[in-house]
Amino acid sequence: MAEHKRIDEATGTTTVGHEWDGIEELDTPMPRWWLWTFYATIVWGLAYVILYPAWPMVDSATKGVLGWSSRGDLEKEMAADAKRRAPTVSAIAATAIADLPAKPELMQAAVQGGGAAFRVHCVQCHGAGGAGVKNLYPSLTDDDWLWGGDLASIEYTVTHGIRNPDHKDTRTSLMPAFGRDGILDAGQIDDVVSFVRVISRQEKAGAASARGATLFADNCAVCHGAGGEGGRQFGAPKLTDAIWLYGGDRAGLTTTVNQPRNGVMPRWNNRLDPVTIKMLSAYVYSLGGGEKGLAPVGEGQGADGQP
Amino acid sequence: MASPEDLSGQPAPLYEARKGVYPKAVNGPFRRFKWAIMAVTLAIYYATPWIRWDRGPHAPDQAVLVDLANRRFYMFQIEIWPHEFYYVAGLLIMAGIGLFLVTSAVGRAWCGYACPQTVWTDLFQHVDRLVDGDRNAQARLANGPWTFEKLSKRTVKYLIYLVIAFWTGGAWIMYFADAPTLTLDFWTGQAAPIAYGTVAVLTATTFILGGFMREQVCIYMCPWPRIQTAMMDEKSLLVTYKDWRGEPRGSVKKAQAHPGAFGDCIDCNQCVAVCPTGIDIREGPQIGCITCALCIDACDGVMAQVGRPRGLIDYCTLDDAASEKAGGVAQPVRKTLMRPRTLLYLGVWSAIGAAMLFSLGQRTRLDLAVQHERSPLYVQLSDGQIRNNYTLKLRNMETRPRRVAVTVSGLPGAVLWTNVGTRENAAQRIELALPADSVTSVKLFIAAPGAGPARQDFTIATRGLDGDPRGDSDTIQFDRPETGQ
Repeated sequence: MAEHKRIDEATGTTTVGHEWDGIEELDTPMPRWWLWTFYATIVWGLAYVILYPAWPMVDSATKGVLGWSSRGDLEKEMAADAKRRAPTVSAIAATAIADLPAKPELMQAAVQGGGAAFRVHCVQCHGAGGAGVKNLYPSLTDDDWLWGGDLASIEYTVTHGIRNPDHKDTRTSLMPAFGRDGILDAGQIDDVVSFVRVISRQEKAGAASARGATLFADNCAVCHGAGGEGGRQFGAPKLTDAIWLYGGDRAGLTTTVNQPRNGVMPRWNNRLDPVTIKMLSAYVYSLGGGEKGLAPVGEGQGADGQP
Repeated sequence: MASPEDLSGQPAPLYEARKGVYPKAVNGPFRRFKWAIMAVTLAIYYATPWIRWDRGPHAPDQAVLVDLANRRFYMFQIEIWPHEFYYVAGLLIMAGIGLFLVTSAVGRAWCGYACPQTVWTDLFQHVDRLVDGDRNAQARLANGPWTFEKLSKRTVKYLIYLVIAFWTGGAWIMYFADAPTLTLDFWTGQAAPIAYGTVAVLTATTFILGGFMREQVCIYMCPWPRIQTAMMDEKSLLVTYKDWRGEPRGSVKKAQAHPGAFGDCIDCNQCVAVCPTGIDIREGPQIGCITCALCIDACDGVMAQVGRPRGLIDYCTLDDAASEKAGGVAQPVRKTLMRPRTLLYLGVWSAIGAAMLFSLGQRTRLDLAVQHERSPLYVQLSDGQIRNNYTLKLRNMETRPRRVAVTVSGLPGAVLWTNVGTRENAAQRIELALPADSVTSVKLFIAAPGAGPARQDFTIATRGLDGDPRGDSDTIQFDRPETGQ
């Protein structure tokens, strides 16, 4: 084909020598700067391949003489970020958790940081939004707290865990298995359940609930209170409200009295540093159920706190 | 036709060196118009960032400012926020349709007069004339040996190029920060690295594109000539050599010797000499022609000297060319410009502009966006009520702090509170203080009786409590547990 090259009369330019249905192409030379720019991109590409990781090998790419890596970049960025956060983190560390709300900027930072920690450590049980799982893990977003919903109480719970066998300061209480251990018989349990459903306004009072009232006063009131108002020092739930972790229906309540679940939570002071726990607690507090009142924390808990 | 043997010894060159273009100085109405456009566009470019505009204590006092760090665009009394970027999109659409309009009416007028590449090339060509002299002196110097004169002239010229290029790059960054502060910071080494980087890059590109590449940018690099070709039609005014009047060419002497044998073109080559892209318009319409019309000025000058009518090279449509060639006359320019196509473009262009102005006048500066927390969708409260969580984004776009009220309608018995307080602070209406010129994110809790539909639409509304009472509202969903659960 190349022998059909000719000089086009109108333009004085050589043709490339091909013909497509009578159409020929002019072999117009490139401008000099264009060609040089093209060569420069080749040189740039070669230099890049030499300087940076580029050529795929069997298990990794060539390293490049500069020793640059994206992982190294990430480490640098992480270090720079840690340095940037350091003043805030140390300020949070130096502030008692109950004083955080008085410093809105610190509180905001703590909630942000706690949210990040929550998404790593807590969502597996309590869910992405802290809504919990029925019959398993309590909701952290509502206004009902077993062990207290103020900042310090939440921090204590996160630090020491709940019914944590390897830790003496953990929050501990054990509801007896009234059915399984033969403390109450099936009829008595039925009566107690009726009474609980009456005080939580799910049923009307009757003969069964009247019998249950006596049984409740003898067996349950020591922890749950005479009127079923709950006892936070024992983590005993309030029985008169609308929130039931293990179900407020007849079947659920019967199961609970027969064989209580006594859920556990790990302690986090062996995995997370105190600042992270503090931020985590601030985040949980901010989910919507935070309480103002500061319940006494620490004393009266643990082994002595058991009924 | 050349035989293959003729070509075998001389392979086609890989590249073509740029042929120097040394346009001659010219005077005339189009040259003066080009001067005026150059003066106005350069003045706007260099001076705009220095215009001050008082917006009060909470906003910058620069009239035109692209504040990338705070995501604001200030243009005199108009302030654009990122979510209002459609105004910028509207301006871009107007620019596009404006280009259709101008191109369909008068061809590549943008290229010839207003394109930055043209303006700066023109400026640098004046520098060439100032330092090296006019066309012939420039060519002599470029092709001559490196004498002391050439060396010193080149040094002076490139220094002037550099000053212009640096000034151009320096003016650009002034649009992105407070101009006086940035100037001070720049010269004291305090400015951001990006400022120095931008100035360096723009200085280099201005120096190279304006000083050296010039018409190569228009012919090889710019996509506009290709696109504009498709926008023109047989009624577009283009710079045209009227070959039916000019051909055959002949000098004045030849024409006097043989009356009637020659056309008006005396082949003086002045139209080629003044062309900033170095083309010969007498070869017909071509991609190198930016329709700057300097050849019209040159030819008209020569025609006046030899006593022939002006307009041998002139703005002319393809239709007029055909009718003039056939002995007719061109239709008036007004009629050429006012035709359905241009009027349609003008109509669309004006409609978009009017719609944008109307929308600018109507927009409130207190904007609300509500996002429903979906994890969890609802929260069971101990007293039987149901709580839903929302995130309010309140944009106070005024340059003063505002107080606003947030209310809820369409959700009976609802109370609201924010995460600043607890449920003890719940009320049917809450007030918020919004800092000036900022977006405030508020976590809003809304509790309502547990009995009700599983999904209920209701409205959250904001209202200004100080001055302008206009606000914004958003309709969103309230979720409850499904009945029977």
